[in-house]
Amino acid sequence: MSIEQLGIGVLWSFLYGYLIVASIDFGAGFYAYYGRLIGQESIIAPVISRYLSPVWEVTNVFLVFFFVGLVGFFPETAHYYGTALLIPGSIALVLLSIRGSFYAFANYGAKKNSFYLFAYGMTGLLIPASLATVFTISEGGFIAVHGARIELLMAELFYSTYSWAVVLLAMSSVLFISSAFLAYYAARARDERALELMRQFALWGGVPTIISSLFVFIALRNHNLEHFERTLNFWWMFGLSLISFLGAAWLIWRRQQYGLAFVLVMLQFAFAFYGYGISHLPYLLYPHLTIYGSVTNPASGRALVAVFVAGFALLVPSLVLLMRLFLFNVRYVKGELS
Amino acid sequence: MSTVDWSRGLTEMTLAFHILFATIGVGVPVLISIAEWLGIYRKDPHYSLMARRWARGFVITVAVGVVTGTCIGLQLNLLWPEFMSLAGNVVGLPLFMETFAFFFEAIFLGIYLYTWNRFKNPFTHWLLTLPIVLGASASALFITTVNSFMNTPQGFTFENGSLVDVDPLAAMFNPAAPSKVAHVLSSAYLTSAFVLAMIAAFSMLKGRKDEYYRKSIRLNMTVGLVLAVLTILIGDMSAQFLAAHQPEKLAAAEWHFETGGRAPLIVGGVLDPDTQQVRGALELPWGLSLLATHNPDGVVIGLNDYPQEDWPPLYVHYLFDAMVTIGFYLLAVPVLFLLLLRSRREGAYNRWMLAAIVAGGPLSLFAIELGWFYAEVGRQPWILRGYMRVSEAATTNPHVGAAFWMFAALYALLGIVCLVVLARLFRNKPAELELEARRIIL
Repeated sequence: MSIEQLGIGVLWSFLYGYLIVASIDFGAGFYAYYGRLIGQESIIAPVISRYLSPVWEVTNVFLVFFFVGLVGFFPETAHYYGTALLIPGSIALVLLSIRGSFYAFANYGAKKNSFYLFAYGMTGLLIPASLATVFTISEGGFIAVHGARIELLMAELFYSTYSWAVVLLAMSSVLFISSAFLAYYAARARDERALELMRQFALWGGVPTIISSLFVFIALRNHNLEHFERTLNFWWMFGLSLISFLGAAWLIWRRQQYGLAFVLVMLQFAFAFYGYGISHLPYLLYPHLTIYGSVTNPASGRALVAVFVAGFALLVPSLVLLMRLFLFNVRYVKGELS
Repeated sequence: MSTVDWSRGLTEMTLAFHILFATIGVGVPVLISIAEWLGIYRKDPHYSLMARRWARGFVITVAVGVVTGTCIGLQLNLLWPEFMSLAGNVVGLPLFMETFAFFFEAIFLGIYLYTWNRFKNPFTHWLLTLPIVLGASASALFITTVNSFMNTPQGFTFENGSLVDVDPLAAMFNPAAPSKVAHVLSSAYLTSAFVLAMIAAFSMLKGRKDEYYRKSIRLNMTVGLVLAVLTILIGDMSAQFLAAHQPEKLAAAEWHFETGGRAPLIVGGVLDPDTQQVRGALELPWGLSLLATHNPDGVVIGLNDYPQEDWPPLYVHYLFDAMVTIGFYLLAVPVLFLLLLRSRREGAYNRWMLAAIVAGGPLSLFAIELGWFYAEVGRQPWILRGYMRVSEAATTNPHVGAAFWMFAALYALLGIVCLVVLARLFRNKPAELELEARRIIL
């Protein structure tokens, strides 16, 4: 395995971590707001707040890891993506900032305020939509290169079917992952009413997720045939993803083993996400940039990997501690320890 | 305005906003840790309550610090893509480490905030402050090495317009790193002590009388005295570093044009840029030579040794002077307070003293801004000193102006809401009420 492959593997794993953790968070914000709209806030809100309160800060960091590491390993990505994504990136940043800070304001500030919750809920759907556009752009066709100048073709992006299929997939995945997790969390808290509500969301959320992922495949075939054909080489990964989904849906439907069901949801997304990632290689941006394109700097690459390993050795025990105290501590989950 | 100007403007705005929260984020955990430890060690619930109340306000500033930190991290790539493609494989490492350090802090902060009553031994909860302090200070350390690298780049070979043969550790521990890191850390701790003292002094000025506020002021002023001395000593170290490794930056701050010994220190004044004459300044003979070399005959390199297109803007003189003046103010206040406290216990809390302490809060934050503006503007015209100019590093995307206004609106919103929330937090729940609720009556 070359240092480039190792690097992109590490980064992709961070992005996968972000996909799961952030989806739970984004979806939870949406459900919290939706709960207030339909007058069932008292059912969902306590479960969501008990989970989110200790972990909200951790979420953002996965994303920061990804882009900091990406530029560290593949500096040329800054030249292409940095220039092209100025406006979409800024919009995503503004949304992320509003979301993160307003969560703290609402949660730790003295007064409850509907606007905070609204901002928190809405950004939960808009951020994944805007971040997912980066995947769309990476397929090529949306960036024009004129010598040193790089231009993002906004109109092409807006009228592309592929782009909207990806946005749809991102939003439905967020709602599905989140509800599957919150159903598990509610089940642990033995909160029957919250569980039932989340179970419904999970069952209904699964259907659009699968349909929109089919859309994505069809649209990818039209947009980037080369990549589409490479995904077929990894058909078994996408097959395993579908099987995991069916397993999870079955368990949730039968009201059994919500924990295992959530693990299956994580596997469903892991297979699909890594399948997509591997078939995307060696390109970071079709057709301009591959992982081998940047001037390789073995010393920096090795140092980054070393720091990654050392950092991971520090973080995993800390994360385990965090989870034992809040996620797997039944008394805390039930709200007896706050 | 050109794209470069907009990019500079947006970066300045983001940094200026972020640094306030980052400074508090680095410093306040130290004081929370001290207060909680005192509370347990002396069995004094006042200090325990202090730790709780500070932590509650702290988490709100952390939230704003986190999101604006994410902004500056990504903006580095969005606004300065050519710099990042040149130096990304060098600064990537410390940036990555900074993220790890912050992650570590965030995990333990999450645990800390929700486990006040979880452990039988109160020291267990106090122990959680250590990784928070460590993570916060380590992330300041790593990010400051990146800034140091931009000032005194080393640890690579420059070949065909790119950096090769990179030695990432040599790049991190460049000549600017020790003095800069030390200065950033000690000034962050100092500023946080003053901000916390400001809150207590303000409450006393408003007529609150509880011993809680006095203890808070005493603690923060004691810590503040030590840190003010330390910060000024480290500032002296920074001047020596500049004289040796980045003389044009010191010369610009001191309006020192001709290389030579026995150079005077110029405070204030007005410069005539054509004749290089300074009017109306306070001149301390030999001052600059002493500052830069600790020797009155020490030779200090002047700006005229550099081509004029490589000069930093000369207004940095005022930034530098104002920063140093505030630095001495922040030393004078705790000295005076502690002297008063020794001579007559009650007199130390008179209105003037309290007002001076309150003023120290915004002034110390202002000094942080001045210091960073001096650090950044003083490096101009370079983004990577000697290798890449700011104008070569900026994005070619023509829409930076739109992004600028978008972020301006964001920071205005965050700043106002954050202040309102913080004010409400402390006003609606004064310490007396909480003391009563917790049955702490002394």
